[in-house]
Parts: sequence; structure tokens; C-alpha cells
Amino acid sequence: MSGGVLAEPLAGSRPHTPAGRIVATLNRSAVHVVLGLIGVVWLVPTIGLFVTSFRPRSDIQATGWWDIVQLHLTLDNYRQVLEAQGMLQAFVNTVFIAVPSTLLPLAICALAAYAFSWIRFPMRDTLFLIVIAFLLVPVQVAFIPLLTMFRDLVPDLQLTRNYGAIWLAHTAFALPFGIFLLRNFFITLPPDMIEAARMDGAGDMKIFSQIIVPVSVPAIAAYGIFQFLWVWNDLLMALVFVQDSSKFPMTRAIQNLLSQYGTEWHLLAAGAFLLMIVPLIVFFSLQRYFVQGLLAGSIK
Amino acid sequence: MRSARGPEKPNYLAAILFLAPAGILLVVFLLYPAIYTVLLSFNRGRNGVFGEWVGLDNYIRLFSDPDFLNLGTFPPSGALWNNVLWIVFYTSIVIFLGLIIAVVAARVRYESMIKAIVFIPMAIAATALAVIWKFVYSPDANIGLLNAVLGTIGVSPISWLGDERIVNFALIGVGIWGSVGFATVILSAAVKSIPAEIIESARVEGASERQVFFRIILPMVSLPISVLAVTLVVNVIKLFDLIYVMTFGGPGKASRVIAFTMYQQAFQAGQYGYGSAVAVVMLVVLIPIMVFNVRRFRTKAVT
Repeated sequence: MSGGVLAEPLAGSRPHTPAGRIVATLNRSAVHVVLGLIGVVWLVPTIGLFVTSFRPRSDIQATGWWDIVQLHLTLDNYRQVLEAQGMLQAFVNTVFIAVPSTLLPLAICALAAYAFSWIRFPMRDTLFLIVIAFLLVPVQVAFIPLLTMFRDLVPDLQLTRNYGAIWLAHTAFALPFGIFLLRNFFITLPPDMIEAARMDGAGDMKIFSQIIVPVSVPAIAAYGIFQFLWVWNDLLMALVFVQDSSKFPMTRAIQNLLSQYGTEWHLLAAGAFLLMIVPLIVFFSLQRYFVQGLLAGSIK
Repeated sequence: MRSARGPEKPNYLAAILFLAPAGILLVVFLLYPAIYTVLLSFNRGRNGVFGEWVGLDNYIRLFSDPDFLNLGTFPPSGALWNNVLWIVFYTSIVIFLGLIIAVVAARVRYESMIKAIVFIPMAIAATALAVIWKFVYSPDANIGLLNAVLGTIGVSPISWLGDERIVNFALIGVGIWGSVGFATVILSAAVKSIPAEIIESARVEGASERQVFFRIILPMVSLPISVLAVTLVVNVIKLFDLIYVMTFGGPGKASRVIAFTMYQQAFQAGQYGYGSAVAVVMLVVLIPIMVFNVRRFRTKAVT
């Protein structure tokens, strides 16, 4: 019944007097004007960045991007930022950080969520409440101890010089939410399905991998997309846990561009757009999963 | 009670095997660090390790630091105060705009398009949002759209991010722009779940559109609004990336927030005990919300 209720006074009960008709038309125009204005305010800043990223440096300094008369387009900004400014490497680094930081929590959360849903053990509900409490623990409380641990306890692993530290940190802090989300999905699965498999002598591992996971693909995908974009877009964890500049992700590379060349807008625009491109593709192609994941993630 | 889930007999071995990876990671990388940080906040914490114990010294210094909280001036200032500004303005305006868009867009055919447009910023990194809005806010008339628009009505360029009195509101504006889509989607779903008959019968009995909104729609979405408000407040307490990229807490220290102060004290000033105290303040502020969440789920029958 999408939209039906509220659309009623405009579409349905047409006023019968001329004055009433004029008021209705004015109301309807006001609605379109308000929504049009909102559309403009929410689109124009991003479009400005997009247009700027294709304009030559000299043009950017001479006229505003909204000055259509002056529109020459070029790919030079992208060439420069990808090659000379190392954004290509940063793009690859972001992939290297984001993929394991998505797959690891996905696997670990699914296992734990299964235990919280379908294995009987003492204190199950208490432990799950602790997981819910962990949801809101801010990453800041882990920074100093983790860096100290990586430095003093396992110095040879050089975890902050490779991706080890950030994989571990992202994974650990993803767990409470992932377990919460998947467990809440798993418990809605029909018990008969699982009991029947148990009757047939299937063990937990088999039930998990051959029944639970296949029927939970939508929930797992929604969580995976949420977590992937979370990591892709993260700056803070990368600031703390990635200390080798050749391994910086795009967020840090852009931050560096900004502090080195604060007004080189042609580089910043192209760099920022490269950072946005993957999330935008994910958004437009998987919008349903994406919105689901975010809605469920509203507790994070 | 749905605790019948799973076989009658407890299966310790399976439980341990399935929970071990998550359990070990949570204990080693979340629980242990949290305890360590709480203890370190009572220590000088040089180099991130325990040395000289200083009691409440870090906290006393923190709360007497005017850069953290200064209630002696009007308006008050400091990082914690900026979080308060964010909570008040960001939370209320995001909810207000989200509700308006949800209700108004429901009247047009292009509803899903409008919702998608305001939702796009949710997909984008705060780092990219920061760059987008540094463009918009630029005082350079050929770069900054906002000043260019204001220029056409004769307003001279404003340094949105360079003026201590304006910067926090300019940043809050970006935060609002980034979050309205989220509120719209949540509130739109809530508004649509109101039974049609209720609104119909109110209209039949002659209720005006205003009355329908204030007497029916608003009370019926008050629960989703409160959940949304809690989420937005949590966002504010964890707010970091946007501030770091857009202003680095400046000009001066005017736009710092608590998460920025934690990072700055610990990793730029190298004051680990002091930085830990800031992290603990963040944790403490979030504890009431944790309790709220746990209660909510216990009443919803966790089992």
C-alpha cells in the first residue's frame, strides 16, 4: 500500500468548488516545489564535485563549475591523481583492507550466530546480552592497548606495517553487530527444517553449512555489504592501525592530498570521486540489500 | 519462551567450537583493551604502558581544560560542548527534515527517486563528504557555490569553516545533509505502517491535514523517532572523520569534538593516560544507551 494513505487528499477526494480546486492545485505545486528544492540541495554538491573532477586546473581557477560556457572536459586530473599521487595504489590498498575485513567477520559472525540460535548451552541468553552491550563500545577504548600489544607482544609480526592490525581491529569491532544481526535472522528460520536434519543424523557443522547458510544468503549479503562499505569508507581505523604510507587506503591518501595541496581542487575532486565510485556502484546496483543492511545497522 | 531452539541436551563441544573464534577475538581485541584503557586512564601511561599511577589526575586535568569543556564563557565552548551542539541541532533537524520528506514525498509519484537522492550521501565516505563540502563552503568565488549564490544577492563571501562562531554550524549542516536520507527511510517505513483506516476516518470526520499530521501521524511514529534519536546521538559521540578532514578541529580548536580530542591527545600529543581518560568518557556517555538497548532486547524476549 505504498504511499496510498497520504496521497489520498491530493489524488482521491477532488474538491468540487472552483476555489477548492485552486487551493488543491496550489498545495500540489507547493509539494513539488519543496521536493524539487530538496532534490537540488541533495544533488548539486555531488554533481559539482563530479563536474570539477573533469575540468582542467586552469579552468577551475578561472570560473566556477556551474559556469557552463567554460566547459572543457579532460581526464588529466584522474591520470595525475592515479599515477603521480598514488591513488591507484591506494585504491588497491583499500581493496586489500576491505575484502578480508568483510569476509572474516562474515564467517565468524555466522558461526557464532548459529550457536546463539540453534545450539543449546548454558548462559546462552546472558552471553548474547553481553554481545548487545558490546555493540556500542567505542573503538577509541581499544586504540592504545592494541597498539601497545602489537608493538610489545608480537613485534616481529609488524602488524601495523602490514594489514594485520587493521584486519584484526575491523574484524573484532564488527562482531557484536554481525552476530546480533545474523542471530536475529537465524532464529526466524523454521525449527522443523533444522530438527528434520538432526533426525537424519546431520551434525551442527552440516546443518550450518548446508541448511542455515544457503537459506540466509539475503541476510548475509545485507550484512556483508554494510560491513564492506563501512570499512571502505573508514578513515579513523586506518589512521591508527596502518602506519606504512605505501599501504594507506584511499581515505588516508585523500586526507594527505588535502593537507599537502589544500587548494589543488582538480586533484581533490578526482581523488574524492575515486573513493566514492565503488560505494555508488554498490548503492545503485544493490540498493535493496544496502538499505536493509543500514536499517538493521541503525543500532550500531 | 522459544528456548526450545536446539536439541534438548546441551552440546558443549559444538557451542565451544562455533563460539570460539568470535569469543577469542572479542576478549582479546575488545574486552581486554577496554579494561586496559580504563586502568590506563588512572595512570600517566607513558608509551602506552603502566607506569606512574596518578589517581584521578587525568580526569581532573581533562575537565579543567577549557579546550575540552568551558562553561565559564557565554556561549560555552570546548570539544564536549561542541558534541552538545551537535546533539541538539543535528539530531533535531535530521529528524525534522526526515519526517517532512517522508510525509511529503509520499504524496508524489517520484517518491522513491526523492528518497534515493537524499539517501546517496549515506553510501559515501565521510572523507568524500568533507571534500564535497569544502568545495561548497570555499570562500573563493570561483570554487565555493554557497558564497557564489549568496554573492548574487549581494552578500560578501563568508568564511564558513574559518570563523569560530560559524564553523560548528557549518559542520553540523554537512552532518545533517549526510544523515537525512537515513531518517527519511526509517520514518517513511514507520509512517506507512499506520493503518489507512485510522487516517481515513479522521479525514471523514473532518480533520484538517494539519490535525492528521499532529494528532495521528506524529504520535504514531514517536517510537521510531526515539530509536532514531538514540542512533543519531551515538553517531555524534563517535563523530570523527568529518571533523578531521574538514577542519582538523579548527580554526584553532573551535570545532573539536570528543573523539577528535581522544585521537589528538593520544596520538599527536602522545599523552596516553590522558587520551585513555577521554576514551573512558566516551564509553561512560554511551553506557546509558547500552543499558537501554539491553533492556529493550530483554523485554522483547531474547530467548
